[in-house]
Amino acid sequence: MTRAQAATLIGEHFGGAQVQGDSPFVVTVPVEQWQAFAQFAKDVLGCRFFSFLTAVDWKEQGLELVARVDNLDDGVAVLMKARLGPGVSSCLSLVPVFRGANWMERECYDMFGIQFDGHPDLRRILLGDDWVGHPLLKSYAVDTPHPPYR
Amino acid sequence: MEVKPPVPVIPAPVWRDIKDLQEYERLRQQRPEGDKHSAAFVSVTDGIHSFPGGFVVTTAADAFLNWARKSSIWPVTFGLACCAIEMMATFASRFDVERLGMVPWASPRHSDLMIVSGTVTIKMAPMLLRIYDQMPDPKWAVSMGSCANSGGPFRHGYHVVKGVDRVIPVDVYVPGCPPPPESLLNGLLLLQDQIAHFRRTGKRADPNPKVD
Repeated sequence: MTRAQAATLIGEHFGGAQVQGDSPFVVTVPVEQWQAFAQFAKDVLGCRFFSFLTAVDWKEQGLELVARVDNLDDGVAVLMKARLGPGVSSCLSLVPVFRGANWMERECYDMFGIQFDGHPDLRRILLGDDWVGHPLLKSYAVDTPHPPYR
Repeated sequence: MEVKPPVPVIPAPVWRDIKDLQEYERLRQQRPEGDKHSAAFVSVTDGIHSFPGGFVVTTAADAFLNWARKSSIWPVTFGLACCAIEMMATFASRFDVERLGMVPWASPRHSDLMIVSGTVTIKMAPMLLRIYDQMPDPKWAVSMGSCANSGGPFRHGYHVVKGVDRVIPVDVYVPGCPPPPESLLNGLLLLQDQIAHFRRTGKRADPNPKVD
């Protein structure tokens, strides 16, 4: 599969998605199509390598999910994005599609507090079990007390 | 075609529910602060010291015990971050801290000194405190590097303890990011000087303006 074929396929299946560039394809999909697009990228585009998943806090515009999947055989890479919208912090999980998304989504929940529906084991992974808050949100104060050490 | 093995569900450990840790925490709360001596020991040494001519005995005992203490400080190997590389270089043959009588030892129960070399995160702090508590008295702590001194470049992060002195008492602070082996050696010599000023068989002396 060439990049031109991939661009055509993305345009055919997801007409509402914005596509920029081709190395990687930066695809912004509505949050309802987040899991469907991941399934499409795996099955149709052949992106079987799940690279990473993270999020961006755009303050009053809400959170944005970012994930990159790669087709290592043909050199096709897709950077998929989805805006959650202001005040929203839940979306569908990618674990049914990519099992490698399991710990990535746990870290994303740990740092941003995003609830991934359908995740088999959504709990904190890096921070302690007694941590309060989600520290990579812009609303998290740096000097939040954490007794007895701060 | 698609193979889906079952996803194992591992229950999250709840540390507060473990009986051993509860017992340990209760014992730790009961320990006295500062230098730990029994009341009988303190009263006997105070009696000898106040007896006419007895100060000669206690002073000689001080000199001997302090010499013995400062000549065989065994640091527990506790490397947390990049400072540990410099600490290892100090232990190795080029700088050879063994000529000061320091043997890096991999057990806190045989050690006298903890060199906190690196960033102490909030998640690591309870383990650090636990290892420090396992060391027998008298014991000392050296805070090595900016991270252990004050949090360093991570001071404005969310996860770093802003100075290891919020967790354990510290005797010598070694600045640097990371401190070269010469700095750590200087800090260890300062610690030996500090130990030489101990009074009344193990009590810490008043702060010395030249050293502290």
